Amino acid sequence: MNTAAKRLLRSYGPSVLLTYLTLAVWETVARLGLVPPFILPAPSAIWLALVEDRRLLFGLHLPATLLEVLTGFALSVICGCLLGTLMHLFRPLATALYPLLIMSQTVPLIALSPLFIMWFGYTLWSKVAIVFLTAFFPVVIGAYDGLSKNTDAYSHLLLTLGANRWQILRKVAVPLALPSLFSGLKLSVVYCVIGATLGEWLGGSRGLGYFSRRMAGNLHSAEMFAAVVLLSVMGIVLFLCVAGLEKIILKKRGHYS
Amino acid sequence: MINITNLSYTFGSPPSGTPVFSRLSMQVRRGEFISIVGASGCGKSTLFRIIAGLLEPSSGTVALNGKVTASSAARLGQVAYMPQQDLLLPWRTVLDNCLLPWELKRRGSKVNAAAEIRTLLHRFGLAEAEGAYPHELSGGMRQRVAVLRTVAAGNELMLLDEPFGALDAITRRSLQLWLLELWSELDKTVLFITHDLEEALLLSDRIYLLTGPDGDGIQEYSPGLPRPRHHSLSYEPQFAALRRDLEMMLYEHRS
Repeated sequence: MNTAAKRLLRSYGPSVLLTYLTLAVWETVARLGLVPPFILPAPSAIWLALVEDRRLLFGLHLPATLLEVLTGFALSVICGCLLGTLMHLFRPLATALYPLLIMSQTVPLIALSPLFIMWFGYTLWSKVAIVFLTAFFPVVIGAYDGLSKNTDAYSHLLLTLGANRWQILRKVAVPLALPSLFSGLKLSVVYCVIGATLGEWLGGSRGLGYFSRRMAGNLHSAEMFAAVVLLSVMGIVLFLCVAGLEKIILKKRGHYS
Repeated sequence: MINITNLSYTFGSPPSGTPVFSRLSMQVRRGEFISIVGASGCGKSTLFRIIAGLLEPSSGTVALNGKVTASSAARLGQVAYMPQQDLLLPWRTVLDNCLLPWELKRRGSKVNAAAEIRTLLHRFGLAEAEGAYPHELSGGMRQRVAVLRTVAAGNELMLLDEPFGALDAITRRSLQLWLLELWSELDKTVLFITHDLEEALLLSDRIYLLTGPDGDGIQEYSPGLPRPRHHSLSYEPQFAALRRDLEMMLYEHRS
């Protein structure tokens, strides 16, 4: 066995083993009929539901949720980076906005959602609004905190080379802010999936969140679980995409020694 | 090249602030190598920051090339300044770090600028390091790259703030010789901060002793050693005597 495989086994072996054991116990409990299937369906039943409803799940609901997630995430990244930069450039804006930003996170979203539905109807945009509100915060904070790191020494050097404020931002502050920004993005993309699910729960006609709710209402627990599994896989894949992008960009820039 | 007259700097606002130095005057002629020595906290780095244009003095004037600049900020971009840390950007290769001054000023084409940097890299003994990232270099090499970036800024006056301060004794020695050679080839005026008296004697035409706010400001000292110089110079009795003189001058002000 080569060393790479050994390392993989050492870092992921225990969690894979635990998952496997849990699934085995779960399956046994369900097969023995100790718990009724509508309370806890067997893993095999969930798998079957996933295979059986694959047309509906992968053809309709998964793309719908993914669209909401990606639209909301894109908006969050664009607006978040823009606002973070503006806050960095204009101190008064930062002092004015920071408390409001924090307040926007303390408002229970679920209480606001009916309002979004009134504003945007049962369209894509009511879900995007919820996604945006959950996912926007970590991006702004990541960008703002990253830019506000003390870069005086570098800035002074660039000033003596004749740089203006815009050049200092571009050549020094932004590259130095990237690690912090990516921490925000990784959090944000996971929140996006949660936000989209929440939005679909509250109203809509498609999406994995909508599907899982409808199935739960009909006591089709296996189908509900299938949707939940897909949502979680979607979150993990999106997270890995952002983490991979981070690795490529930062490695190319020699951040890792 | 540069004329400093009655320069004072006070940290904080005048009545309650602590004076860093007061009424400093010095003249630097074109092509000279001047060292500035003095105890820590006597304001050497502050002086450099004022000359570079980063700080506004409390009073006094700095004239660059015979012209008194209205504010310090007007000197930004006119004087090359190398701070104590090398401050190489970790995400840029050696070549890209050295191209930074060109990127900010955009004089001439990039091809020409890169060719110029490559010539300098070659001359600095850094030709193989062109594509390396700063973290892949030794301390001595990083320092040389930082000097190169300072040269690439294209200004005639260069301020070097303890460029070899963080290096081990052996690397420091070789870099002193390297700088000596470099300076004789390039047509630059250098102001050089150091704590190392031997270094100051070996490199400089003249030495300014900065004595802080309590002394009488600044004292000039000309070792008058012939050029070209070499390290063997430091073993000669004449050199030892000069060193003793300089040390005594420094201690006089401390007691």
